[in-house]
Amino acid sequence: MDTLANLALGFGVALSPFTLMLAVIGCFLGTIIGALPGLGPSNGVAILIPITFTLGLDATSALVLMTSVYYGAMYGGRISSILLNIPGDEPALMTTLDGYPMAKAGRAGDALVLSGVASFVGALLATIGLMFLAPLLARIAYLFGPSEYFALYLLAFCTLGGIASKNQAKAAIASCIGLGIAMIGLDNFSGQPRLTFGSLHLMDGVDFLVAIVGLFAVAEVFFFIESHGKNTSIGVKFERVTVPVRDIIASAWTMLRASVVGFIAGVLPGAGASLGSFLAYMSEKSIAGPKGGFGEGAPRGVAAPEAGNNAAAGGALVPMLTLGVPGSGTTAVLLALLMTLNITPGPTLFAEKPDVVWGLIASLLIANFVLLAMNVPLVRLFVRVLQVPPWVLLPGVTMISFVGIYSLSGSYFDLLMMIGFGVLGWALRKLDVPTVPIILGILLGNHMEDSLRRAMVISGGDWMHLFSSPIAVGLWVAAILGFVAPMFLRPLLRRPQAITD
Amino acid sequence: MKRRHFGALLAGAVTALTAPIAFGTAAQAAECIAPANPGGGWDFTCRQIGKIMYDIGVVDEPIQVTNMAGGGGGLAFSHVVNERNDDPELIVAASQATATRLAQNAYGGATADQVRFVGAIGADPGVLVVAADSPYKTLGDLVEAVKKDPSAITFAGGSAVGGFDHLKVLMVLKKAGFDDIRSVKYIGLDGGADAITQVIGGHATVMTGDISEIVGFLKSGEVRALAVMTEERVPGFEQIPTAREQGFDVVAVNWRGLYIPKGVSDEVFNSWAERLKAVAESKEWQEAMRANGLAPFTKVGADFQNWVNQVIADTETLSREIGVIQ
Repeated sequence: MDTLANLALGFGVALSPFTLMLAVIGCFLGTIIGALPGLGPSNGVAILIPITFTLGLDATSALVLMTSVYYGAMYGGRISSILLNIPGDEPALMTTLDGYPMAKAGRAGDALVLSGVASFVGALLATIGLMFLAPLLARIAYLFGPSEYFALYLLAFCTLGGIASKNQAKAAIASCIGLGIAMIGLDNFSGQPRLTFGSLHLMDGVDFLVAIVGLFAVAEVFFFIESHGKNTSIGVKFERVTVPVRDIIASAWTMLRASVVGFIAGVLPGAGASLGSFLAYMSEKSIAGPKGGFGEGAPRGVAAPEAGNNAAAGGALVPMLTLGVPGSGTTAVLLALLMTLNITPGPTLFAEKPDVVWGLIASLLIANFVLLAMNVPLVRLFVRVLQVPPWVLLPGVTMISFVGIYSLSGSYFDLLMMIGFGVLGWALRKLDVPTVPIILGILLGNHMEDSLRRAMVISGGDWMHLFSSPIAVGLWVAAILGFVAPMFLRPLLRRPQAITD
Repeated sequence: MKRRHFGALLAGAVTALTAPIAFGTAAQAAECIAPANPGGGWDFTCRQIGKIMYDIGVVDEPIQVTNMAGGGGGLAFSHVVNERNDDPELIVAASQATATRLAQNAYGGATADQVRFVGAIGADPGVLVVAADSPYKTLGDLVEAVKKDPSAITFAGGSAVGGFDHLKVLMVLKKAGFDDIRSVKYIGLDGGADAITQVIGGHATVMTGDISEIVGFLKSGEVRALAVMTEERVPGFEQIPTAREQGFDVVAVNWRGLYIPKGVSDEVFNSWAERLKAVAESKEWQEAMRANGLAPFTKVGADFQNWVNQVIADTETLSREIGVIQ
């Protein structure tokens, strides 16, 4: 088979000691970057790109290093989600929902091992999928026009507000706050600044990382200050690491299904890992039903988003390599790296530069095993980093939040905004308004608005254009059901308390 | 304690890694501001030009590159105007986008005459592209179709409404005598590749963008380029006819170049122009251009300044007509 012959070529490239070393270094750096709150795969890769130029790496080595960092960060993101309830990066958001309750219940070690295995399954399946399906799957992107994308984003909001929260109204308000914040900046269709009050700092809009770190990390610090260090929610017990074989077996199907869902979400341009982990979590939650205990520390609630976001990370490489269309923020950064390395992604890349593409794929397979080793037996090492008393940890969180955000933009303005978001997060949690939809709104708001306006331009203002394809109609039906159905089902099911943030 | 230790370690590592780029030069060395994050076109301009200037010996110290993202380049522009107005050792990466934004007053009231445009040494030529199965075979076919029913054709590009990809289309249509340019349907996507995907998928009719954005798609045979907007056919893409030879005299290229602060002497201005010219003629730059899909386009000094002024004036007129500015 062609694929196997190519893979052999790839391993020939990837198994050279130097390349292997780069993969291990990349995985290690990536895991740490992912674990630190506020530093995610996209800024991790962005920060490290200068190294590849300083070291004078050739195209293959540079790509191997950077994609190892990328995969590593996707793994590492779960560690602080589970132990601190602070997502290390934005796709790890969903992992907090069950990972943190599980850790509070004294099963932090189990949650970490389980999520490590789930990450491995997701990433491995996605890499295999990338290998065999890349040329085929890339065609799916062609089916998605503006109206289909709009319906897809709508689905994300509706299911989040409908299934994931216990109060639709509060979730809807939170989504609207997020969408409102997303409107800040240059209007893509007229070039006019909106809600910037003449400030150049607001021209580019609000960086979602600033919002995430503010709403999660800084708000956590405020809570800590308020309680004078008592009753703080941070600092879970973490005793020993055993392999929770039963949980892993019980979650096997969850991991497989979540990987497929995540992979597909990753392949769609612009959707990326956040949507992958979100859809994986939601679909598993509805399959499990109210007895699944999702939101209270269900092992499957930990496995699903981790398999989903790692699969999406692999999936996002498909459109990037085959079409040059990045599937996520991080792959957009990787795409920039490719261009600088004189590699033009496109349908012919596989034929023209087989050593680069297959060397990359082989390295991803190797990186996966390295990461499994780092994140399961050696997970204590990374946990030690985070396992310190709150009075040490929280100043540390504050410091890293400030350093992380400042290193992104070098702008004091972003720091002020981050503190503002911290206050907002604190107030909203007091009011029991979930903060996750706000993040989703900031993250997807611009894409959603752009899709809608593009659809309106194409149709000349005819709203029916939004329902003009079977894919769009299907997504609309799913979105409406996802929002409305839980209202009627709730009294019947007598749901347990769901997540608030 | 471990946590703090690790934070310090990371911060140390990052500083150590970026140090050669950010701080590794003597105080006298020149600085190039890339008004965007690493990885984009402006960053490329600074790094390539900076490197080649040092390699060919027209500057004594390596040029330090600073990334200053914000406001689509506006933050760097106001920084230069307000704080560095007489710094002779400062160059700033610029492109057609800089000119478009200045023309459309997108830099918060800043104007083009607050800096000096030194020169451009390469350009990404504009192209119009349709799907391989499209009924439109020539630029003439397309223009006729738009004249007949503007609502039947949707243009897709990688820049916002009123951006350069949009304006290119309008320039061609105006040359063809079509004046109702507000009726032209244009959607702005997040990049040329997104736009081309929409065209191949049948959601839009024509992609308007730069030649570097379509290379992979051209090779795979999924799209057909109707016209390239240069004076001559582009080396390496000789099969694509120019708009000019099809009867629409439009030259629209996304040039890559530099501006410097207003307050420097003519001597400094000329010396930067000379250095830029030396880069343009170097073997290294020829290679960098070939690798990145740029076509030769060299204009430096007063010649370039006049040309930019003209581009900005034209853009302003067009933008006013489509209502992007009042």
